Amino acid sequence: MEYVKNVVCPFCGTLCDDIVCKVENGKIVGTINACRIAHNKFVHTEGATRYTRPLIKKNGELVEVTYDEAIEKAAEILAEAKRPLLYGWSSTECEAHAVGMELAEETGAVIDNTASVCHGPSVLALQDVGYPTCTLGEVKNRADVVVYWGCNPMHAHPRHISRHVFSRGFFRERGKPDRTVIVVDPRETDTAKIADIHLQVEFDRDYELIDAMRAYLLGHEILYDEVAGIPRETIEEAVEIMKNAQFGILFWGMGLTHSRGKHRNIDTAIMLTEDLNDFGKFNLIPMRGHYNVTGFNQVASWESGFPYCVDFSAGKPRYNPGETGANDLLLNREADALMVVASDPGAHFPQKAVEYMAEIPVIAVEPHRTPTTELADIIIPPAIVGLEAEGTAYRMEGVPIRMRKVVETDLLPDKEIVEKILEKVREVKASK
Amino acid sequence: MSEIILTPLDQPEVPLEASNIKPDVFAGKTIEEIKNIEILHGNTPVKLSEFFEVTGESSENPAELKIIIDGNVDRTKRIGEGMNAGEILIKGDVNMYVGAEMKGGRITVEGNAGPWAGQTMIGGELEILGDAGDYVGSAYRGDWRGMQGGTIIVHGNAGNEIGEYMNGGKIIIKGDVNIMTGIHMNNGLIIVEGDAIARVGAEMAGGTIVVKGIVHEFLPGFEYLGVEKDIEVDGQTIPGAFYKFRGDHAIKGAKGTVYVAVRGNGHIVP
Repeated sequence: MEYVKNVVCPFCGTLCDDIVCKVENGKIVGTINACRIAHNKFVHTEGATRYTRPLIKKNGELVEVTYDEAIEKAAEILAEAKRPLLYGWSSTECEAHAVGMELAEETGAVIDNTASVCHGPSVLALQDVGYPTCTLGEVKNRADVVVYWGCNPMHAHPRHISRHVFSRGFFRERGKPDRTVIVVDPRETDTAKIADIHLQVEFDRDYELIDAMRAYLLGHEILYDEVAGIPRETIEEAVEIMKNAQFGILFWGMGLTHSRGKHRNIDTAIMLTEDLNDFGKFNLIPMRGHYNVTGFNQVASWESGFPYCVDFSAGKPRYNPGETGANDLLLNREADALMVVASDPGAHFPQKAVEYMAEIPVIAVEPHRTPTTELADIIIPPAIVGLEAEGTAYRMEGVPIRMRKVVETDLLPDKEIVEKILEKVREVKASK
Repeated sequence: MSEIILTPLDQPEVPLEASNIKPDVFAGKTIEEIKNIEILHGNTPVKLSEFFEVTGESSENPAELKIIIDGNVDRTKRIGEGMNAGEILIKGDVNMYVGAEMKGGRITVEGNAGPWAGQTMIGGELEILGDAGDYVGSAYRGDWRGMQGGTIIVHGNAGNEIGEYMNGGKIIIKGDVNIMTGIHMNNGLIIVEGDAIARVGAEMAGGTIVVKGIVHEFLPGFEYLGVEKDIEVDGQTIPGAFYKFRGDHAIKGAKGTVYVAVRGNGHIVP
């Protein structure tokens, strides 16, 4: 058995970079340091059904074809579409994203990643009001007040707390006892159970709570005795703790980005953080889900100026989540072709959007059988980045980390598949 | 006033973008030239005549020109975008961005309008007889300078974030609104004649909002100033008794004013 060290985990945005993989006969058979989710991703690369050959739907049946045939057919669909949508990207590497941006420009497409159903609202808010952020290393070494708002890392980012909050840091020698953990969540989650203070905010009232906090922080009286189900005194007490922090950190998740108000919840949370900097040092980091969802936003920003929902239909990049988001295009029945890379909208999009997916040609660049591939007309299986292919990914707060290749495969990586499609699209367009 | 009538043929599923449908572009052109004006069908430029029948008579002066769209254009975006003068009458529904960046003239929509109607409007009049979507009179994404001037009147209901980052001008919604009316507003006036669900005047720094119907929930960052009768706003008197609030004190130095009708709103007073 061979031990491959310093492997980076391709699951969540925490991008743990200390995994050891046990490899036997070219297969990963065990892991050290990985959380349970990561362990499963490493040892069950095959999943229930792993595609090993490209497939095309012919007369309602999926038929095995060559890479060349599948790529050519995909290129034809994209070259002929009037409003193609290229969606997904968050579970593959940045070099594939860069080619994806080029493909979007070439086909006059809209390109969007899973941020639009995840931390897209956070991105909108930070464009409006700024982004006082830091790295997870700084959190570990300096943070004395840690706020988790609308997220449950005990389950969604299992090693986040142990690596960055409970661990010992340079200025926090005792680890957990040197830090105050505040959790804001309507539910008594497993993260809330380990908190020093749990603010059990009423569902969908986060904005009201932050509004009260900010008004109190600026020296005003909170208008009501109770806000969002929390007594005025408790809110004031929590604000005092945050105000007196030497180095505070606010982590937030879907509970804030997708409850009522969406990006405005983040907008006001960022402003709260900015105001707290009048007293001590306070920062925030979004709890990004997919391991490289941040990477796509980085690549899209440096290639087009916009982080997601980029619309190339007018020959130049334009951007307006609400119009050019993947769900907007599907629910408004605007898209006339869809290519999904490294994502599963079939499982996660609203039913009306999925129903519309069934009406248009769908190309899935996807290793496993998923609800998306069930709707797909073309399935192109790639090597899995972080296990079978290398590449760059960005950790949740924007630190780039090189993903390692652990085992060999014959399958093409996402980047090469998208490159070949781009090449073919250019050929199809030139022949017109 | 000369009239040009655009009769929509079948509206396609992949939407059209027609910021060229405005008197500024049509003025001084013959009917044949207008038929050849370019609009966008998804990512493909097409001639206006592919999707519209064009009749009528043009004028040299855009201010003397009225464009009548005789039917539904619910798959057409950006009609009247950036228009300076003249008139557009839409006898049906219209898609997103109608009258966005409008500087002058008048647009009337007889049906419903999609989101971002009158986005970053500078002047002119936009009247929607049906419902409007979200972001009426809002800013461009990421911009902190929204509507500067002009008037928007919506006879039906409107959605979220009406008058986002508003800096001037007037928005009147005769129906109900959803949440976040006047978010980040700095100046200007919003009057809601129907009900508002929540977060009226969220993070507002200045300007005035009047709600004549029911406000279901109100923000805790405001300061209650008492009851005022027959309020004076924008040089006109609005009769009735109103609760007066100042805020949103979540923002440093906020001086926004929210008036909420006394009738039916006892629950929002501390």
